[in-house]
Amino acid sequence: MTVALFVFYLLAGVCIAAAVMVVSARNPVHSVLFLILAFFNAAGMFVLAGAEFLAMVLVVVYVGAVAVLFLFVVMMLDIDLTAMREGFLKFLPVGALIGLVLLVELFLVFGTLSVGTAAPIAAAVPVPEGMSNTEALGGVLYTEYFFAFQLAGIILLVAIIGAITLTLRDRGPVKRQDIGRQVHRERPAAVQLRKVDSGKGIG
Amino acid sequence: MSQSYLLVALPELFLLAAGLVLLVVGAFKETAAGARLVSNLALGTLAITLVLVLVAAPDRAVAFRGNFVMDGFAGFMKVVVLLGALGTLAIAQPYLRREGIERFEYAVLVIFSTAGMSLLLSANSFLALYISLELMSLPLYVLAAFQRDTYKSTEAGLKYFVLGALASGMLLYGVSLVYGFTGTIFFEELTALYLDEEGAELPLGALVGVVFIAAGLAFKLGAVPFHMWTPDVYEGAPTAVTALFAAAPKLAAMGLTVRVFAEPFGAFVADWQQIIIAVSVGSMVLGAFGAIGQRNIKRLLAYSGIGHVGYALVGLAAGTQSGVYGVLVYMTIYLFMTVGTFGVVLALRRRGQSLEQIDDFAGLGKDQPLLALATAIFMFSLAGIPPLAGFFGKLYVFLAAIEVGLVWLAVIGVLTSVVGAYYYLRIVKLVYFDSAPEALDRGMEPELRGVIAVSAVVTALFVVVPGPILGSARVAAGALFP
Repeated sequence: MTVALFVFYLLAGVCIAAAVMVVSARNPVHSVLFLILAFFNAAGMFVLAGAEFLAMVLVVVYVGAVAVLFLFVVMMLDIDLTAMREGFLKFLPVGALIGLVLLVELFLVFGTLSVGTAAPIAAAVPVPEGMSNTEALGGVLYTEYFFAFQLAGIILLVAIIGAITLTLRDRGPVKRQDIGRQVHRERPAAVQLRKVDSGKGIG
Repeated sequence: MSQSYLLVALPELFLLAAGLVLLVVGAFKETAAGARLVSNLALGTLAITLVLVLVAAPDRAVAFRGNFVMDGFAGFMKVVVLLGALGTLAIAQPYLRREGIERFEYAVLVIFSTAGMSLLLSANSFLALYISLELMSLPLYVLAAFQRDTYKSTEAGLKYFVLGALASGMLLYGVSLVYGFTGTIFFEELTALYLDEEGAELPLGALVGVVFIAAGLAFKLGAVPFHMWTPDVYEGAPTAVTALFAAAPKLAAMGLTVRVFAEPFGAFVADWQQIIIAVSVGSMVLGAFGAIGQRNIKRLLAYSGIGHVGYALVGLAAGTQSGVYGVLVYMTIYLFMTVGTFGVVLALRRRGQSLEQIDDFAGLGKDQPLLALATAIFMFSLAGIPPLAGFFGKLYVFLAAIEVGLVWLAVIGVLTSVVGAYYYLRIVKLVYFDSAPEALDRGMEPELRGVIAVSAVVTALFVVVPGPILGSARVAAGALFP
């Protein structure tokens, strides 16, 4: 137990430190790298909590795809992040104060109120015995949650349609290969026979 | 069993499948004629879906493991929403052609968004609610920015998208609180949880969740204090898209709000009533006073829409069956008035240019008497002047409020109606008594003519034949209060 606890605090500590570095690093590329570090530590915590499937998804999707995409965007767009962060120090005291007030309020709320223990609670889905996460998720994804899963697919399709609708432009005279036209082209359209006088060239 | 599952959701399944087919058709016919073809096919699709909803069995049926419910309430609201989508898509066609933004994606996005609205009205769990809400909203964000070469349209799209994401976040947070404190996301289980106990109390955490859910829904409704996006988005989006915004999603969100508060939290009227009353009063007051200074007709209609949501919520605040009945009647009548009004705005042109300023209505009475008459009908009805339909909408919600002793709420409603009448009547004055330096264009596309005519006839003759709307709304409201 103590080992698990130690690992948890290690992961959580590195995660928070990395998250702070994401917003405070001067070089945007470093920010993205710290973001990847934060993702890895979060994945480690998922493993500790017994959710190994989520951990793998986090690494594959967020580290493998999203963060790399971020990296490309940061490198290609050449955003001047120092200009964007100019007000950071100026607003830091106010932001910290608001955060502190919120934190204190949250502690007051959860410290003084017993949040409805007497309330009736419906039986939640039990944790399946003798089954790995992946198996359990696979078992319900196309049965219990078929409806939501399919609709999520439609939403992704709509997102693609939207992105194309808003960004694809007809870029004027682009030369495209049209095989039909190529095949139909006949000799007179392509070749001219000219009589060239010597020493004069084609005038 | 599995077969009946699919039959219960047949209209939605048809709509989604048709959307996929239209996408392929459009991709292979990449011309203006192709866009027109897809748009016409989309109109046909919506009409067939409407028929499928109408012929569906009126009994309550649950499908997809409790995520999807089809009952009289959902059926009624679906018909209204589909009519809205149908009308606004029909009047969009000539507008898009004129503006040179006619592309097939428009109709496809409208189809997917309408499918989202339809699913939303049948949502029976918070998971289905959230997914359907996103399916409804995502195409709308794109449509707001559809005129992507203009600064205003892209701004509208971005604004709507960012604020919509914020609202989704609040809604999800509320849902997570409700799930954490009650252990379920299914509406039926939530209802059953508190059925046996007399005087049961909602756990405090779940109550906080309800507040957040209300905030998320109020954003989708465009109700105070989550209305800030409406004027800008309504003004910036292409007018045809604004017509869609004002008609279909607002109705779907209202139907969903009524279901969420009447079904899973129906036992806690006292808990959520004050939220709805506050939102309702704020919307009515802001809708009445905010519109007075507007010069742009789309902004004016945005404030008008905020006000009308406020009036409809008066019915929900009552928390009774007759209150829900009032909401349904109100929203149905609102649909016809709004679609008709936007039809008039789309028809208003001078030298081929679309007009958006209120002053441009001047001289309409001389140039086009019939269109002017329709405008007058819509404006008098929006103001709630008898014997037009708008009056009866207000009558039923105010009666429901008075029944449960919320007389002061009804009084505020009447007073704000009087204030609102000023700016509606100003347009009528412009139409009939002012003259413009230059005549407005004559001639209207048949789609536009048809939609305006149908809306005007329904609005004007509701008092003669109120039966169909009132009767089916009564049945639909009864479905929520078994």
